[in-house]
Amino acid sequence: MRSPIGPEPSSCSSTPVSAEAGRGAPGAAGVVAPEAFAVYVHWPFCAQKCPYCDFNSHVRHGGWDERAYLDAYLAEIASTARGLASRGPVESIFFGGGTPSLMQPGTVAGIIEAVEATFGVSDGCEITLEANPGSVEAGRFRGYLAAGVNRVSLGVQALDDGALKRLGRLHSLADALAALDIARATFDRVSFDLIYARPGMTEAVWEAELTTALRLGSDHLSLYQLTIEEGTPFADLHRAGKLHVPEPEIADRLYALTQDMTEAAGMPAYEISNHARPGQESRHNLVYWRYGSYVGLGPGAHGRELRPDGRVATVNERGPEAWMQRVAATGRGVIEDQVLTAEEQADELLLMGLRLSEGIDLVRLARVGGVRPDQAVIDRLAGLGVLEVFGNDRIRATRAGRFVLNEVVRQLSKSFRPDLA
Amino acid sequence: MTDTSLIRNFSIIAHIDHGKSTLSDRLIQLCGNVTDREMQDQILDSMDIEKERGITIKAQTVRLDYKAKDGKVYQLNLMDTPGHVDFAYEVSRSLAACEGAVLVVDASQGVEAQTLANVYQALDNNLEILPVLNKIDLPSADEDRVKAQIEDVIGIDASGAIGVSAKTGLNVEQVLEAIVERLPPPSGDRNKPLKAMLIDSWYDTYLGVVVLVRVKEGVMKKGQRVKLMATGGAYPIDRVGIFRPKQETVEDLGPGEIGFFTAAIKQVADTRVGDTVTDEKNPTAEALPGFKPAQPVVFCGLFPVDAADFEDLREAMGKLRLNDASFSFEMETSAALGQGFRCGFLGLLHLEIITERLEREFNLDLITTAPSVIYNLHMTDGKMIEMHNPADMPDTMRIDHIEEPWIEATILVPDDYLGAVLKLCQDRRGRQKNLTYVGSRAMLVYDLPLNEVVFDFYDRLKSVSRGYASFDYHIRGYEEGDLVKLSVLVNAEPVDALSIVVHRSRSEQRGRAMCEKLKELIPQHLFKIPIQAAIGAKVIARETISALRKDVLAKCYGGDISRKRKLLDKQKKGKKKMREFGSVEIPQEAFIAALKMDEN
Repeated sequence: MRSPIGPEPSSCSSTPVSAEAGRGAPGAAGVVAPEAFAVYVHWPFCAQKCPYCDFNSHVRHGGWDERAYLDAYLAEIASTARGLASRGPVESIFFGGGTPSLMQPGTVAGIIEAVEATFGVSDGCEITLEANPGSVEAGRFRGYLAAGVNRVSLGVQALDDGALKRLGRLHSLADALAALDIARATFDRVSFDLIYARPGMTEAVWEAELTTALRLGSDHLSLYQLTIEEGTPFADLHRAGKLHVPEPEIADRLYALTQDMTEAAGMPAYEISNHARPGQESRHNLVYWRYGSYVGLGPGAHGRELRPDGRVATVNERGPEAWMQRVAATGRGVIEDQVLTAEEQADELLLMGLRLSEGIDLVRLARVGGVRPDQAVIDRLAGLGVLEVFGNDRIRATRAGRFVLNEVVRQLSKSFRPDLA
Repeated sequence: MTDTSLIRNFSIIAHIDHGKSTLSDRLIQLCGNVTDREMQDQILDSMDIEKERGITIKAQTVRLDYKAKDGKVYQLNLMDTPGHVDFAYEVSRSLAACEGAVLVVDASQGVEAQTLANVYQALDNNLEILPVLNKIDLPSADEDRVKAQIEDVIGIDASGAIGVSAKTGLNVEQVLEAIVERLPPPSGDRNKPLKAMLIDSWYDTYLGVVVLVRVKEGVMKKGQRVKLMATGGAYPIDRVGIFRPKQETVEDLGPGEIGFFTAAIKQVADTRVGDTVTDEKNPTAEALPGFKPAQPVVFCGLFPVDAADFEDLREAMGKLRLNDASFSFEMETSAALGQGFRCGFLGLLHLEIITERLEREFNLDLITTAPSVIYNLHMTDGKMIEMHNPADMPDTMRIDHIEEPWIEATILVPDDYLGAVLKLCQDRRGRQKNLTYVGSRAMLVYDLPLNEVVFDFYDRLKSVSRGYASFDYHIRGYEEGDLVKLSVLVNAEPVDALSIVVHRSRSEQRGRAMCEKLKELIPQHLFKIPIQAAIGAKVIARETISALRKDVLAKCYGGDISRKRKLLDKQKKGKKKMREFGSVEIPQEAFIAALKMDEN
């Protein structure tokens, strides 16, 4: 069966792992190879913290020295490029945060230029910037376009003023719709996020909101169920019994409704929470889910770098000032740098890959991680209707399986047997 | 060798926390046997578990030289005895090695059930009792009340009781004087053939098996060939010595003296507590009375969590048994838990100590199944089978009747909690035999089936009395009972390791509680899991674990992978503590926790 996104390069070759870095070369534009290479840039500042968000974001009322930060990013790009194994050009650059739309377009341009000059980028490289749908940010969209950004992802979150307020957002529904219009007029590709399964949300409310969302004409939607994350104000409220998320049964129904409606609208889920018209998937996020390689730049950014000694997980210093000091001292902001074992790579490939509707290639799993799930376990999970075996040695979670993915992944991982073929 | 008139052998009897170890330490210090630098709290309790739990498992002894006010130097042998009901036989042998006992009672708390049992044993052995009231420095101390209680409950004269504070050292010297003045010296003819009692034995890495003895008659010395009369083994003595508390080699041990010998004895199991040691060539005519082999009364299954650890477990148990012959084990194969061992223990505390030592000292992860007792199955063909494991229950058609062991329990409890304790005993099929008052506390005597006690009786007793009740028991004998095997089915499959034998009248309640507890303990799976309790083919209780509905994370991007992988790794490791049964994973604690249930 054909992958819904585009064919992965044949996986039955016996290429040794160390040479996989070179396999990222794309066959054609629009195709993300399993070992594709991407760059993630984390901008750590926000105007205000949202009560549900546990991302690495910081509020600086006195502002920040943006020039100094740009220099630090440029220094980190230069140092990171040294030490990587051979690899293809950059398929995607992603500005995430924080709130990257607080950056001056000149800063964005400076980083993109440096990435291009240092790593080399592919033709049609996807360059995404996450933006708040406020009026100030929308004013910078043309500047971002000029800097090289060709895709924006707007944090709309809800199509309801009351809900936006409860989520602690600074923008109104009118702001969001206006920003969306400007974005669509500016960029070829626009995605936006919504948070559903919000406190008290019924199926009728979500159905109405999603219907509106689908009419807004975006080719990509990220639809997240609200998750209570430790260490956030929402977690405190939840513990205190002042915030109630829908029961699993309702969340389950909302999820099913989401799948039905997006499929009918021609935007099926290609990942647990991400929907796109065919060909409009986020190439950047596919690099993560297909377990490609990427470097993480900026405070708190993570990377999966292919180096001569193997696949390395990197974690950057979280504090913006501390990150900058570290870059100044050592060239990089990395505080953890760990060569992953084959077993760890197998777990990562599995837990990321099964989020995708295209599933994973068991031959590639064996090549990267040296393991294969026990066939009896695969059969048992298939019998329970949560897993599907298809194509040339691929498995994927079914719609039911995707909702209990942790358990499916755990069972498969626990059953791993050595496979050195 | 010391003249018997200058020897005093005594043990100290006390309830846990009443200060036995502290007082022992003070006595040792006063006689100058250890320097301050060597002085560590509670010298005599040498095992970690003994220190942590404040209990004594092995008998230990220390010889003190005390220069009394009469100017003579006396040899005092202080015997530290195990203080728990599980080791009642060991206690009785330790006491039999002494002429006197120092009874330590907390001057605020008063007499406890455990103290009572040991004092009665001391009286049975004709020991002179020297009452000591400890902790008189505390504001809550009430010497007069406790003295009256000692006279009232134990029936001995407490007028000469010495009030001390072992903690501060107050009046401790008076105790030493009283030991010399008021306890009788031992007697015994040194010219008779050797006759010594084996008090205890243990394995020492350097010396091999060390045997603690009390010489009654004759003399024991190096090179002599001795014979252990009950087991029949004969060995040449390598070394004779004493503890001060450090071991010290001596020429010989004469009548009245307590000390140790080593010989080429391979395992502790060859030396039985209470046995008589005599000269092989010139034996004593009669062995000492009162010997009885150790009898395990509580059984449970021990299985390695990781099946690959089976051989390690076997080796560890072998090593522990080197030092504790009262613990027995044999191979057991369970459909649910794989290969393991069926183990016998002297009691519940003994069970806990052994499993804790296996886990701690040998670094093993164990699954413990529900404790069981020995049932006597009288078969229709007239044969009698001793059943140690409920899983072995034969077809009920072949069983004529079943007998179970009963105990007589003595419980001391403050009046406020009497109602709750009575209800607990009643719920556990108890039969009240006596209810009297000791000051403001009730002393209850109950007959109880041991199988109702081994599960969680002690925990429940502590909980309903807020820790104020004290408890002691001895086995009374076997009685016929209407007993049934309660099996548990998880996902329609019987789990043998969860089956228990229970009285018919209690089966429904137990079955229900067990299903509820398992529902709590078994995590949700991708499918729903019925849990049933059944007697034969008849299901008497049922619960259902619903299927897992949602556990996926909404977002997972490049920055989330490491955290997710570590979580997955943790879950996988956590699941190692699970046992797969069919396609259901049962956590290891379920095998024992399911039986420790709150029945209210």
